Order: sequence, then C-alpha cells, then structure tokens
Amino acid sequence: MEEGAPPSGAPRHRPPRARARLLRPRTRVDWFLTVLRVAVLIVLAVGFAAFIAQEINPDNPFARWANPDAAGLTGAQFRGLVISGIAQGSMYGLIALGYSMVYGVLGFINFAHGEVFMVGAMTGMITSNKLADAGLWESNFIGSLVFIVVVSIIVSSLTAVVMERVAYRPLRGAPRLIPLITSIGVSFFLQNASVVLLGPASKSYPNVPDWVKAKHTFLQIEGAKILVIVVAALSMAALWYYVDRTKTGKAMRAVAEDAEIASLMGIDVNRTIVKVFAVGGAMAGMAGILWGILFRSVIHTTGFLPGIKAFSAAVVGGIGHLGGAMAGGLSIGVAESVGPLLILEPLGVSGVSQLRDAVAFSMLIIVLLVKPSGLFGERLPAEDRA
Amino acid sequence: MSTGASGAAGSASQDGGSGAASTAERTPLLEMRRVNAHYGAVHALRDVDLSIYQGELVCLLGGNASGKSTTLKTLLGMLTPTSGEVVLDGEVVNDRPISYRVARGITMVPENRRLFKRLTVRENLQLGAYLRKDSDGIAADMEHVYELFPRVKERLGQRAGTLSGGEQQMVAIGRALMSQPRVLLMDEPSMGLAPALVQQNFELISQIHEAGMTVFMVEQNANMALGIADRGWVLQTGRVVLDDTAEALLANPALRTSYLGGGKGASDGSSGADGTAAG
Repeated sequence: MEEGAPPSGAPRHRPPRARARLLRPRTRVDWFLTVLRVAVLIVLAVGFAAFIAQEINPDNPFARWANPDAAGLTGAQFRGLVISGIAQGSMYGLIALGYSMVYGVLGFINFAHGEVFMVGAMTGMITSNKLADAGLWESNFIGSLVFIVVVSIIVSSLTAVVMERVAYRPLRGAPRLIPLITSIGVSFFLQNASVVLLGPASKSYPNVPDWVKAKHTFLQIEGAKILVIVVAALSMAALWYYVDRTKTGKAMRAVAEDAEIASLMGIDVNRTIVKVFAVGGAMAGMAGILWGILFRSVIHTTGFLPGIKAFSAAVVGGIGHLGGAMAGGLSIGVAESVGPLLILEPLGVSGVSQLRDAVAFSMLIIVLLVKPSGLFGERLPAEDRA
Repeated sequence: MSTGASGAAGSASQDGGSGAASTAERTPLLEMRRVNAHYGAVHALRDVDLSIYQGELVCLLGGNASGKSTTLKTLLGMLTPTSGEVVLDGEVVNDRPISYRVARGITMVPENRRLFKRLTVRENLQLGAYLRKDSDGIAADMEHVYELFPRVKERLGQRAGTLSGGEQQMVAIGRALMSQPRVLLMDEPSMGLAPALVQQNFELISQIHEAGMTVFMVEQNANMALGIADRGWVLQTGRVVLDDTAEALLANPALRTSYLGGGKGASDGSSGADGTAAG
C-alpha cells in the first residue's frame, strides 16, 4: 500500500479555479478596485502621517496644511479613546459571535440577532430595576449582577431558539435569501414587541455603585469599562473552550462544514443548530447586560446599530471564524473610537466626533476592498460554499 | 472494531472466496427486500433485493444514474423507501433515523471522502465515534486505526484538508471504522482519484476486509471492484439485472453489454472518464 502512494511532500494540484484567477486578464473592474484600494490607503496614510506630524510639533506646515485648527491628542486622551474602543469593541465581538456561528452552520445572516442583544439588555433592565427596588442592587452588587446575567442569558437564548424554531427551520431548504429576508422581519417583530410590552420611551438601568463609575488608579480606567472588558474576555474564553474542546463544539464545527456527513456520524443536525442559536443568544444577552452597565440607557432600537456593527465585525474578521469575530469586534470598536481623531481630524474633516458610525462602516469597506474574505477568513474552494 | 465482532468476522472471512454458497443458511447482516424508492416522480429503485452477510466483501456495480447512490441513501436512512424493507441484523429499520442505524453498526465512507477539512485528523476520527460513550473502547479503536494506517498517526494534529488524497482516504476509512461498524458501505472508492491512488484505495479496502470487516462497495469500475469482491450485483436504471459471484460476473459477457454499453476499451481504466461525467 505504501508503494502506491506519492511521497507526502509531493506538490498538490492547484485547484483549477485558483489557476484561472491568476491567468485571467485583468478587467476594468479589477483596475477600478486597485485604484480604489490605493486611494483608500493613501488617505489613511496621509491622515495618519498628519496626525504624527501634529503630535511632534503642532505648528509644522504638514500638520497645518489640511487642518489649521487641529488640536492633537494628549497621551491620556488617546489611552482613554483606546480603552473605550476596546470596551465597546468587546461587546461588538460578543454579538458578532452569534452572527458568525449562525452563518457557519446555516449560511445566512440572521439580522434579528441585534434584537436578541436588545432583548438581553431589556431583560437586564427589568431585572436590575426589580432588584434595586428590593434594595439588593446596592447592598450586593456583584451577586445582583450575576443574577441579572443569568436571567438575561436564559431569556435571550430562549428568544434565539424560538426564533430558529418558528422562523428559520421551516425555511431550511429554501434559497438563502429567504431566511435572510425573514430575519429582517423577525427583527421588526422583536422591536415592535418591545414597544408593545415596555413602551416606546427610553428606560434606564439603576445607578451603579461608585466603584464602578469611578476611574481607577490602574491606567485611569473607569470601573465599568474594566468590568465590561473582563467579563467579555471571560465569555469569549468560555465560548472558545466550548466550541474547540467539547464534543458538542466539535459537532457544531462538523455541521458547519458538512451537515450531511455530520448526520452520517450520528450527529443530530437540528439539535446542534438549536444549540448554536442558544449559545449565540447567550453571548448576545451577555453583551446586552454589559451595554446596560456601561451606557445605562436602553430603548427598543438599542439593538439596531450595535447589531449592524457586530455584523460588520463578523465580516471584517472573516465570517464563520470565531476568533475573527472577536478580533473584528475589537478592531471596529477601536477604529470608531480612535479613527475620527486619528485620521479624519488631521485631514481637516469637520465634526469628526459625529463620524464614529461612518468610520465603523468604512472599516468594513476597507477590509473588504483589501481582503474580501476578512482578516482571518479563508477563501473556500467552490465545492465547499456553493 | 470490538473483539467480538472481528472474531466472528474473522472466522467467516476464512472461506470468503466462496462466500455466496457458505453463507446461504445464515441471516444477512444487511438486507434490502423488494425495495422501491422515488425522488419525487422519479422511480429510482425498482424491487431491489440485496443481502450482505457477515464477513463478505460485496459490490454493487452500475453506470451513472443507475441507482447506486440511492441504494446507499436508502440503506443509511437518508431516503425512505416507498415500499419494501431495509433490514439491519434482522430488524426492519425503514423508519429509523441515520443515528439509530449508525449506532447499530452501519456506516459509510462517502464518495470523494468528504472529510471535515477544517478539523484536525484527530477530530475527524473522534467524530467518527460520536455516538459512542465507551472512552476506553474509543481509545483502543484509535490505536487500531493507527495500526492499520501508520501514516494517519503522524498527521493527527493537522487539518484534514492539508493531507494528500491517499492520506485523506485513510482518514475517511479510519473515521468510518471509529463508529465500530459491523458493515462498512463504500461509495465509489475510485471516484476522483489518480489511478495510483485508486489502486491503493482498493488495497486498503481488501486490507480492512481481511481484518474482518464486512464491506459493501458501490463502484463504477467493475474490473477493480470485482477483482477484490466475493459477490456482486449489477444495477441498471434502478433494477438489479445481474446477481452472481465475482468470478462469474467477470466472465459474464452480459456485464459489458448491460452496463458498460458494449464499449470495447471501456472496462479498464475507465474510472477517470466516468468519474468526471458523474461529478
């Protein structure tokens, strides 16, 4: 048997498609994309260079060239922006995991996932206010926090599972556009359900203890941000362990890659998909609580923008890739926090502090221009993703 | 493979050459009784009777769209027959899901291997044992797979997609063996492989068969398959048209006319051409 096999180091055949990509003549679209890529990179480089010039000497001509009024950033301001970006980005990362996992197993974007996050935040708001009424919130903050996290994870997981059962499973065999559009409908349903049940006004979490609000000596970071970053990191580590090391996690990855063969192994594909929705919902619920602790205010549309940004994060990181979702979340969070002042202000753009969202989505476009499969995404051969 | 199963299989395979005669009085391990199956309006299987006995290596031959894959799907439970019975070890399993049948000793090495390419070789093997709870037995079977395919052991931590075609074939067979099957179904083992690898693949199949495994192989390459099989059937447009021992089938001029369409040079080395047509 050994003689028949080629030596293990023998070159493998390049798939015909990849060869075609190299040999194909460049079209006008290719040139356009190349020009666009170069232009974007020049804008980024010039903005960044102007920022550096300005930091070195605010009065040098290059710094003054585009924006005579630029103020630059102090070290403390910069650090503050980065920390806020990481805190917000880690929440995007938590939400992005749900987009990425569902895309992995079912191949469509569940646009209602942002609303699962909103449900988690709302559940946390209701539970924490009840606890505050009972006086437990102040007397035992950590215990209350654990309690609202558990309740919120249960509620948002259930929301995601019911959503799968009612809205997506009946469409399992349908073209992917159909569950995608359905998910937009589910998203509207959940937003409006929240208005019906809780009213359209914005609602707030109870006051957090002083030690959470205060800036701590460690790097001058607010307690809430430390809490958010630590809890998000722990959740991601737990999820990574679950997906990478446990039997269920292996089953999830197997179903994501080839559901038919996974069922041949004896894996219950439907049950695995339900677990994927439950875990994604739990992560979104966790993010909802962190959002409430950090911003203290929730409304029925709370899920929309973070949801879309988390989706962007999942794409930036490479959809279907869990580490990518986390990295994408962090990079979008930091980019939208730092980007306006780092790149845009030195270029003379006015009103930069209102351009966070534009920066977040520009980040998506830039990554897609440069690496369409995302930061960690792999280009799959056509046979795997038809 | 449990020691019990391989022991029984070992004794059966000693007279494997003339399997058909000596196994007639025993109950088949896997059986199809007058099975009809449909894809929508297409009548894919017509009154198909098959019986596979412990320790045999049997093959089902047929051209494209003759119903070979449908037969496998029906045996595994991916397709429910419209009439007739699928019998696994004496039990009618028509309405049982795949997982039930896999837990009772039937598994398949799919066409083109279909490994989980992004998972490691070790994870692929572990998934083969997904339904099993006996961690000691799983570890022992892992060792057994390494004994059969020492090359697999060197590649355990690698992603399956990075292996060569021949190594992937070993992992695919290893993964199937990890479910402790009593009968192993092989879908088109020669499909999509270079000729040297096809040869290697058939050697792997006879190797696991000699180790006691019951193998049911579905194949287009009649000469290769009948070269190692005990018995065979020929399927044509969903109907079994020939049912005989391997020697008799090889000698049968009707084999060529019935399913190779009478082409002169088509019978040997034809898998490549057929393979691309089927893909």
